[in-house]
Formats: sequence, C-alpha cells, structure tokens
Amino acid sequence: MPTTTITKTETLVGQRIRRKEDPRLITGTATYVDDIKMPGMHHACILRSPHAAARIKSINVAAALAHPGVVAVFTGADVEAVGPVPCGASLPGLRVPPHAILAKDRVYFVGHPVAVAVATDRYIAADAVDLIEVEYEPTQAVADPEKALESGAPAVHPEWPDNIAFTFHQEGGEPEKAFAGAEVVVKQRITSQRLIPTAMETRGVVADYHNAEKNLTLYSSTQIPHLLRTLVAQMLGIAENRFRVITPEVGGGFGSKLNVYAEEALMGFVSMRIGKPVKWIESRRENFQCTIHGRGHVDYYEIAAKRDGTVLGLRLKLIQDLGAYHQLLTPAIPTLSVLMMPGLYKFRNISADIVGVFTNCVPTDAYRGAGRPEATHGIERMMDLLAAELKMDPAELRLINFIGMDEFPYATATGLSYDSGNYAEPLKKALDTVEYHKLRDEQKKAKEAGRLMGVGISTYGEICAFGPSPATPAGGWESATVKIEPSGKVTVMTGISPHGQGEETTFAQIAADELGVTLDDVIVLHGDTAIVQYGIGTFGSRGTAVGGPALYYALQELKKKIVKFGEVLLESEDVTFSGGQCICNRSGKSVSLAQVAGATYRAMKLPPNTEPGLVATHFWEPPNFAFPFGAHIAVTEVDRDTGQVTILRYVAVDDCGNIINPLLVDGQVHGGVVQGLGQALYEQAVYDDNGQLITGELMDYAIPKATMVPWLESAHTVTPSPVNPLGVKGVGEAGTIGASPAIVNSVVDALSDLGVRHIDMPLTSEKLWHLIQNKATSHQPPATSHEGGRA
Amino acid sequence: MIPQEFEYSAPATLQEALTLLADGNAKALAGGMSLIPMMKLRLAAPEHVVDLNRVPGLAYIRQSPDGIHIGALTTHYQVESSTVLRSQCPLLAETASHIGDVQVRNMGTIGGSVAHCDPAADYPAALLALEARVRLASAGGERTLAFQDFLVDTFTTALDPGEIVTEIIVPAESRGVGVSYQKMHQPASGFAIVGAAARVERANGFIRFVRVGITGLGPKAYRAAGVEAILQSTGDVEKAAAAVDKGVDAASDLSASADYRRHMARVYTARALKQALARTS
Repeated sequence: MPTTTITKTETLVGQRIRRKEDPRLITGTATYVDDIKMPGMHHACILRSPHAAARIKSINVAAALAHPGVVAVFTGADVEAVGPVPCGASLPGLRVPPHAILAKDRVYFVGHPVAVAVATDRYIAADAVDLIEVEYEPTQAVADPEKALESGAPAVHPEWPDNIAFTFHQEGGEPEKAFAGAEVVVKQRITSQRLIPTAMETRGVVADYHNAEKNLTLYSSTQIPHLLRTLVAQMLGIAENRFRVITPEVGGGFGSKLNVYAEEALMGFVSMRIGKPVKWIESRRENFQCTIHGRGHVDYYEIAAKRDGTVLGLRLKLIQDLGAYHQLLTPAIPTLSVLMMPGLYKFRNISADIVGVFTNCVPTDAYRGAGRPEATHGIERMMDLLAAELKMDPAELRLINFIGMDEFPYATATGLSYDSGNYAEPLKKALDTVEYHKLRDEQKKAKEAGRLMGVGISTYGEICAFGPSPATPAGGWESATVKIEPSGKVTVMTGISPHGQGEETTFAQIAADELGVTLDDVIVLHGDTAIVQYGIGTFGSRGTAVGGPALYYALQELKKKIVKFGEVLLESEDVTFSGGQCICNRSGKSVSLAQVAGATYRAMKLPPNTEPGLVATHFWEPPNFAFPFGAHIAVTEVDRDTGQVTILRYVAVDDCGNIINPLLVDGQVHGGVVQGLGQALYEQAVYDDNGQLITGELMDYAIPKATMVPWLESAHTVTPSPVNPLGVKGVGEAGTIGASPAIVNSVVDALSDLGVRHIDMPLTSEKLWHLIQNKATSHQPPATSHEGGRA
Repeated sequence: MIPQEFEYSAPATLQEALTLLADGNAKALAGGMSLIPMMKLRLAAPEHVVDLNRVPGLAYIRQSPDGIHIGALTTHYQVESSTVLRSQCPLLAETASHIGDVQVRNMGTIGGSVAHCDPAADYPAALLALEARVRLASAGGERTLAFQDFLVDTFTTALDPGEIVTEIIVPAESRGVGVSYQKMHQPASGFAIVGAAARVERANGFIRFVRVGITGLGPKAYRAAGVEAILQSTGDVEKAAAAVDKGVDAASDLSASADYRRHMARVYTARALKQALARTS
C-alpha cells in the first residue's frame, strides 16, 4: 500500500485567493431568506407605530381579519406569554425597560411594532395591515439626547422621568492632578452622529413549526445563529434541542444583525399559532426605522498636555443616545469607547463618564466598529486640536506620544493590555507614501493661490478578536469541528457565522495548508445549529482571530491522530505528516491522507489508545483581545464656492497582524474606509423634534456610491499578535475606524486659515459653505471660532 | 414596499393604449422609475396601470427638417449615447448623462420623466434652454406644445386626463452654439439640488443669443430670462448669473436650505455659462 508521491509544498495562507463563496453570489444562485419557499407558507406584515410617543387607546382588527386571505392578526395582548426582547449587557444600576415583542399600551418610537397580520400572500398581508384600526393618543416625544437630559423634557418611559438609563464612571491614574499640572488644556465638544447600518439585504425571517414533533426551525438573516437560538428559545419557552436556527446567505450585517429582534420571536410565535410556515421580509423603510442604528454620541473631551506636546491626561463626558429600548448590546457599546479612548498614546491619567439616555428613537447598538470609531474620532480630533494649539505638526505630535514598540504588552489606563504594536511604522509608511513634506509645501502653495487644501492624519488603534469570555456579555470563545471523510475530503464546521467576510475561503486555506490538501478538498460549513456545534458568531473582527485558532487547534489534534495511524500503516515509529503525506523517515515510504483517513474508518488495526474515525472539535478561549492599528492619510480640497469636498488622495496603512488572504483584507479595508467616509461626509439619521425619521429612505439618507469614492491606496505593516497561534488580529472594522478622523482632520486643516478648528460630521457641502461664507467675512480671531472654545 | 391591488394592461398598439387611458382613471407606465417606487410606498395607488412598454415605435431618435424627434419611450441611456444627439444636440445628451445612475438611465425614459414633472429632474432645464416642443396624444387626437407651456407646476403638466407624451422635439444646433449642463447632485437621490443648462451662440465676438434653463431651485423648472438678458447685453457672466434666483420661491429641504440653493444656482449658472461660452469657439 505505501507509495512515494510528491508532497505539496506551497502554502495557501498569505496568497491572494479569490473567494470560494463568490460563484454562487455572482451567478445569483445563493439562497437568502427571501428565496426560501415552503409548501403552505404564509406571509406576515407588521403594523408599526406612526408616532414616536403615544398611548394606544384601542385596536380594532375586525376588518383586517375579515379580509379574504387573512388567517390571523395578533396584537400585544396576544403575545403576553412571549418573553421580552433580551438585553445581554449588564451595567450596575442599569434601567431595563420591559421590551415586549408587540407594543401593548404605549408606543415608544416610530416603527414600534403594534400588530402583525398573517395572510396567504404578502400582498394580502400588506393590505390587511392597512385595515387594522388603531386609536393613538400622541404624547410629547424627545429625539435629541441632550434635550432628553434637560429638566422638564418629555419622559420616554414615564417611570424614569430623567430619561437616564445608566451612568458609568471609569478612571485610571490621577486625572485631577494631571489636569491641574498641565501647561495646556484643550476642550472640544465632538459628536458622532446616528447612522443607519444599511445592509444591502434587509432582515428577514422564515419560521416553520411542526406541532407533532414540537420542532421549530427559524431561518433568519443573523450574525449569531446559536445565541439567537438560545435567546429565542427562552422567549418562546421551547426546548433548545427542538429548535434549529439556520442562517442562509446573509447580505451584510455590519453589526445590525448581531442582535435578537422582536420579529424573530414573533415569527416563531406566529408559526406555532397557525401551524404553518410563515415568512416576514423587512422593507427598506422598516430597516431604516426598526433595525438598530449606530453611533449617536455627544462627547465632551478635554486633553491635558505639556507645551512640548507630551500628553498627560484625557477626560471625556459621553452622552449616548440609546433610543427607546435596549437591544442586545445597546448599553455596552459606549463602554467600548471608554476602553479605547486613549488610542495609541501614553495617557496615564484618564477619566470618563457615560450617561446613557433614552430617546423616542429606534435603539442604537453595534455598528461596524461599535464604540471604537467614536473613540478614535474623539482622540484623533483632540490630537489635531492639541497640535494646532501648540503649533506642532500633527504627525510629530503623534510620534512623540505613541506607546513604544518595546513597551508591549502595554497596560492602558483603561485597564486593557495591548498585545503588540509598532505604531510609528504605519504612520511613517503612510507619510512616505504621500511624500509628506513635499505635500505640505504643495498645500502651502495651494493655499497661497486661494485653494482650500487639507492634509489629515489619523492613527487609530482598535480592540477586536472579542474576546476573553469574562470580558464579554456572552462567551467570548469560538469553536471548530474538522471532519476528514474516509476519502480524505475535509469538512470544517465553524462556530462563527460569516456573512461576507470570506471565511469559507480563508478557513479552507488554513485547513488545506495544515492537512496538505487542495483548497477544493475543503468545505467550510457554518450558520446551522443542527449541523454546527455551538458557536458565538461573527462580529467585532473576531471571525478569523478567534474562530481561526479554534480551527487551528482542531487541526493539530487531527494531525496527531493522522501520524498515529500513519505509524500503523507504515509499520514505523518514525513518521512525519507533511504535505498531505505520512512519511516514514527511515524508509522514505509514505501513505496519503486519503489512505490514512480510509484506515481510520475501516479500523482494521487501531493504534494504541486510539478510537476510530478522524473528527476533532476544539473550543478555544482567547487569553486576550487583539489590538490592530494603523495610519490613514486623507488629502482633500474644499470647493470655496460650493463647500464640496474632493478627496484628492487616500492612503491607508493597516496592521492587522498576519494576513491569511491579502485580497480579502483589501476588500475589508476598502469597504471599511467607504463606510467611514460615509459617516464623515454624507450619512446622518435625522429625526425631527416629534421623533419622525426624516431620512426614511435611500432617497434621503446618503450612503456613498461608487462615483463618490476616491481611489484607495492600501498598504500594510505586519506585527503578529502573540495572543493566538495564527498571529492574526482582525481587520473587519479597521477601515471604518481609521477613515472618519482622517477625512475630518483633513477638511479642518483645509479650512484652518479661516479660523475653523472643529466641524461635526457629516461634512455636508452646505455646512462647509456656511463656514467658508461666515469666516471669509468675519474678523474674529481663530481661538473663539466655530463650535467650542478652549480652556 | 407592497403596492395596493391594481389592474394591469399591456396594450400592443398606441391606439389601444390611448383607448385604455381615455377614461382618465388609468396611469401610464413607461420606465417606472418614479411610479413604481411611489406605488410600492403606497404614495400612489392607481386603479389601473397601462404599460406602454409593449407599444411598438415609441423609442426612437430621428432627424427631420424641423428638428430632432425623440420618442417618449427612449431611455436616458439612449439619449445620452445617441450619436445624432451628441453631435446635433449635445446639451440634451450631456444632461441625460447626469440622471440618476446607470440602472436608472437604462430603465427611465424621457417621456416618463417629463410627464412626471419632478421639480428636481434634469431634463426640464435642458428642454427649456432648447425651446423644445412636446407632442401629446389622446384618444381624441394629437397636439404639440412648447415645453415651456407644458410645464405647469410641481408634478403638474398640461397633460389632460387620458393624454400621454409621445414625442419630444429639440432643435439641431447650428455651429457656433456652445452648451453646458452643470448640476449639483443631491448625494442620496442623485436628483439636482440645482441644475443649470446653458446655450450660447457667439458670432463675430458678439453674443447672438443666450438660453438658460434652471431646475431644482424652484417649484418647477424655468427659463432664466433675466440671466439671458444681462449676459446678452453685458457679456458679464457673474452679473448675469447673480440674477438667476430673482423672484424665485427657492425650495428648502434636508439636502439644501433655500439660501444655499440660491447661491448654488448662481454658482452653477455661472459655471454653465462659462463652459457654454468656452465651447462656442
């Protein structure tokens, strides 16, 4: 049986490999929730509140029920037995409003679900919703978090008239002393506006209950199938082992599907009640009104420093717009901002106070970056403000304050341990790429010629690879099962739930390298609780950084077993497994992985203390987070006549540790930067004073289109993470985190000669035009200019 | 995002279509770029939709002695890429290239757009500057109107119930005419915050005529007669452009305040005039 064959030597990890996922996506044959059709499937449509705050006086469903094709209408009174929409975050003293899946007596935001109509087709269901009569008694709403904190503001939840859901204080070092002894203190109010995540695929659910077996299957466009199963099982009071959650193809999440939504439990409830499968597909308007929003910060920063630029302390008062309820992680998101508020700099003294505020708006929660873009925007704006105050070059100020590369692991004043870093390197690389000194000369000439040209730097750090279990609301581990079939083909089952990140490819690269097989020999399964062992899911740039090591260790376990069987087959105790072959180091004879795999299942002769089969499962608990970093530089020009911003150049140098597939990393950086650019220039969820969402459609809410995106120059430095065996850090959110401060710093720099020192996002052309108009005609000194003074 | 129930007809001839539309209760469907989204949002709920897309012979661009005739079902992409229009009436082709995005330009039609009469649509600025004519048909017969008279108000045209647009007629430009369409895009929708279409003819150093059409600023697109007169008499672009918003009730919304729109109308009018003048030589 033993034969001599050529071993596979080239590795797949590190190569630009096109995604295994793409053929089905490009050819339109992928299955999304809305593609699922079942015999007897019914359709649900949800009646939603048109008011941001109102009492429900009565609901009359008679006309809807009488409509031909309507099989049921359920209201809040019908679903009282269903448990509340869960909040997984816990903070001391957190006020958690009861969050029923359908409103009963009151509605708290526009889009609040009030009733559900179920019909034989979705057109009839939509017509039925129009036939439900609800008598509302509107009450005063409040949509602005700072207004909600004013005395006499309308109470979102009448039981808590101050609208405060929680306060949270964190302190490190001696901030009072640092500020008292500072030679310079700079203050600024900085907002990070509410954003709408806008996944291309809206949410959708199909629920299929079989009464005889008491089995519920739920198809949902989610990032967390296992957590969803656990939590919805609790809401519906059904046994978790009779409940299967499947995530078919998911068309984008960006955190908005890292959640458990009322509609997921509601469809389970409906299917259980009508005994038929039921489908609900969210419309874009519902997606804007009812799926979580991101950001929503008003931050008051103070930075203390010496005249030579050495930073001493940082203070933050953070007002978080929570919306009307807590979704899964709502109150936890601003705490991530506090953790990362020092950025990449040696702040030994920090103080932060969060006020979580209820408003009559849809809840905020994790959106790409989740707390870190807000923190990075804050610290990176403050570094530029400090540089301007000290008349220092913003690159120089950053370089003198970076944590040194010999100081890792670095204990931050916020209690984190940064794993590894070389913060100056990406900045230097970015500065070299743009030819910084030449660029500043060019800028000087441009300004002399009356052009408003700016150069903006952002050096970001982020926390990802979530995370050690004690530090996360759910488990922070991840799982992998690797099955090698008798033919030697490899099936990976991962507990993460990729939805665009491409782990079907990158995990196949890892497995193929370890086992010496081809990429096509490996398939990666995920997102089905009946197939895959329990896992946590995909969010917080954790898929590869936490799911990857779980896979790696499962593979090591299998490799040991492969060697044991190889020893039996080769009748040798000196066997190495390499390049897909077990090789006897003495005779040079070898057996292939397929031969070994076959032997493990045939089990004619077992190695000592070894069971048949070739399957391994590994649950991996990370010892720490990973901390990627990087430097982004944006060169912009503002049109003096219109206020429009042109991005002349965008350079991103990111360090996400080791790179499995550079092509996919490029994709993550590009997409991330575009979303950050969207926040910087265009996007803002606008509620009016009555809590109506004005930006309710893509006609009003501007996400960047291809024509609005500049050429992106992306490069990397590589500082492996010591916290996992792959040395990876995570890259899903880096672009978003780095981009907004780079662009805003650049535009502020462009307008600095007019006395502008800060501008809140989005930098709409009208906002900039007004600044240019006002500044060009005013004679005020720069120090007292727009939006905030200084100490 | 689900329309209400409606009756749907797909007539095979123009006569059949006009008969179906004659009672005034049906809505004509061309490219569907505005009607279908409005129906899906239940902002429009016609009882009857008459789909014109299977009526043959409504999509064409033809030259004739009295101008270039463009069939109502001609798509924006066809207008944008037409060699006839690019050489003989470049203002319209240039304007079409600014509409929406590629998908919209592939589906949307010139007849549907002008009949819908969105105050921020692109075509009206160019069609006013071109002094275009529009041909209308109903079961009762045909008539031709100056485009200026066709535009009545926001989302309101001179179309009678049961009447549809069948053709747009634009002039073939003579040599020496320079044109330009300059537009500030609303970043979400791609509609015009303001759009300025300019046509200028210069001969022997004199400005022989000026035509300026403006969209986006007011409740409907309009000819900026003041701008035209000032430029013709003074040749001063900035002074002419400064008159563009005179007497106009400027729109104000989330994407631009009235004040900003007015200023942008001046900026974009000046840009259009400058480029049109530059293109005369």
